[in-house]
Amino acid sequence: MNCIVCLKQVPDTETQIKIAQDGMSVVTDNVKWVMNPYEEYAVEEALRLKEKLGGEVTVIGVGPKRVTESIRTALAMGADKGILVDDPSTIGSDSLGIAKILAAVIKDLSFDIILCGKQGVDDDYGVVGSGLAELLGIPQISVVVKLEVSEDGSTIKAHKEVEGGTLIIESPLPALVTAQKGLNEPRYASLPGIMKAKKKPLDIKTVADLGLDATQVGESGSKIKIVQLTPPEERKAGQIVEGETPQEKAANLAKLLHEEAKII
Amino acid sequence: MAQGIWIVAEQREGELRKISYELVSEGRRLADQLSQPLTAILLGSKVKEKAKELGKYGADKVIVADDERLATYTTDAYVTVIAQLAQAHEPVIILLGASVQGKDLSGRLAARLGVGVAQECVSFSLENGNLVAKRPIYAGKAYATVTFKDSVPQMATARPNVFELNEPNESRSTEVVDAEFSLDDSQLKTKVVEFQQEAGSKVDLTEAERIVSGGRGMKGPENYNILEELADLIAATVGASRSAVDAGWRPHSDQVGQTGKVVSPNLYIACGISGAIQHLAGMSTSKVIVAINKDPEAPIFQKADYGVIGDLFDVIPALTEEIRKII
Repeated sequence: MNCIVCLKQVPDTETQIKIAQDGMSVVTDNVKWVMNPYEEYAVEEALRLKEKLGGEVTVIGVGPKRVTESIRTALAMGADKGILVDDPSTIGSDSLGIAKILAAVIKDLSFDIILCGKQGVDDDYGVVGSGLAELLGIPQISVVVKLEVSEDGSTIKAHKEVEGGTLIIESPLPALVTAQKGLNEPRYASLPGIMKAKKKPLDIKTVADLGLDATQVGESGSKIKIVQLTPPEERKAGQIVEGETPQEKAANLAKLLHEEAKII
Repeated sequence: MAQGIWIVAEQREGELRKISYELVSEGRRLADQLSQPLTAILLGSKVKEKAKELGKYGADKVIVADDERLATYTTDAYVTVIAQLAQAHEPVIILLGASVQGKDLSGRLAARLGVGVAQECVSFSLENGNLVAKRPIYAGKAYATVTFKDSVPQMATARPNVFELNEPNESRSTEVVDAEFSLDDSQLKTKVVEFQQEAGSKVDLTEAERIVSGGRGMKGPENYNILEELADLIAATVGASRSAVDAGWRPHSDQVGQTGKVVSPNLYIACGISGAIQHLAGMSTSKVIVAINKDPEAPIFQKADYGVIGDLFDVIPALTEEIRKII
């Protein structure tokens, strides 16, 4: 079972987001960059499949050199090799652009299953996975919280989280799955794992290496253009509900919700 | 030439979901501004009678693709059919719901049509006839206004619970037509084998009008019954903070925040939640926020319309009693 994990590097979820002077980007000084949390589940699941069924786990990232750290983290967790597409022409790619780059990397690899996180916690698009599946012409199952592979390794059964319940979906392999929180508990990289990861192969590729035309990716190939970034509307702190006892406070709150907010 | 605005309605087990009406309502507003017709696309099995419902909210026309294989959503079947329809009719804008289904569908459909898709939008406007969409990024820590390039149609998904519903007009006339499409069984790779409904008939957090959420201050899973009781009384859904989920007290599907669900109910009651930034990002678009917390310094109070400083184990049961008296 050869697994491919596509990963993104994102600002840690504790990051305060500041909009840059240009009004179109986010200030990245002092940002702590981490592997996208949903990709941690994807890496973990790939490792579990490998442990059960053998094969290799390849991790692919797109972005500047700092992304090697996240790929190394995946290698330290137990993945076998990494590929980073590091090319200035990829900057400003939209989801479809990233999917094109990933598809170009993957077309030369042999794989049974591709795992991605369900979305990046930065741009929150969540469409790289489905775009990639479409470009490769393979089925997709998104937002998966449980994954089973048949004994002969030819099909999967995935539990997909939907509003109010879970769908159980079967698919032949190869297929692409996007990971939701709950799929597993990602392991930490062990010290020996970190040492070993340093010697594992990590290829750096350019867009030209992939046979892609630079105008198809990056800002020039992007179908979505950011015009402006704005901070969320400031919420003003409201009132502290008065009262001597919890009962009094509760009574006053109930009254406010009923009479002032008219919401109950 | 490309023309018309489309919305893709959503049904489950033959019943239209609320997001369908929200899409028609918003689509109507855009269609009026562009002086173009609004068409709703409805896929399912034996769903034709539902088409009129979409008309009442503002659809001029409903194209119905009725087929047993479309009864339940699958990516393969729905993308195949809608892509064919879009290629045949060339709408300028397609709006879908930012539901689990809509997000799955829109991503693949956009890739098939080679166009951009703006996800989880909270408002739309038009500039020189082109769609301008506003969408949260970093789970709402910032908002991006985006436009489209080389995209016909321009595709976007609308976040549930954000767009106002039109008053249904019973006398509106709507043209209902059968879709022309071809669907080959060999195109259908995935198969839905089962739908496991969550216990109880609670509304999903992303669609809930009211949410009662509990965090680390709940002290343990056994204490959520006081939230359940309040939630039952006011028809709310129970949510949780990341720390409560990571502690294993609540299932991850209950998590509100950046690695959970982003919600925008009319009423959000945060109980024993301090208000970590990744939690605040996920709920700060709620219309009314109530915070109940022992710690007067908790950041959640900076976002709350009504703050109660006190022990939630005293305040919540008392609140439940007080509300019971009122309603």
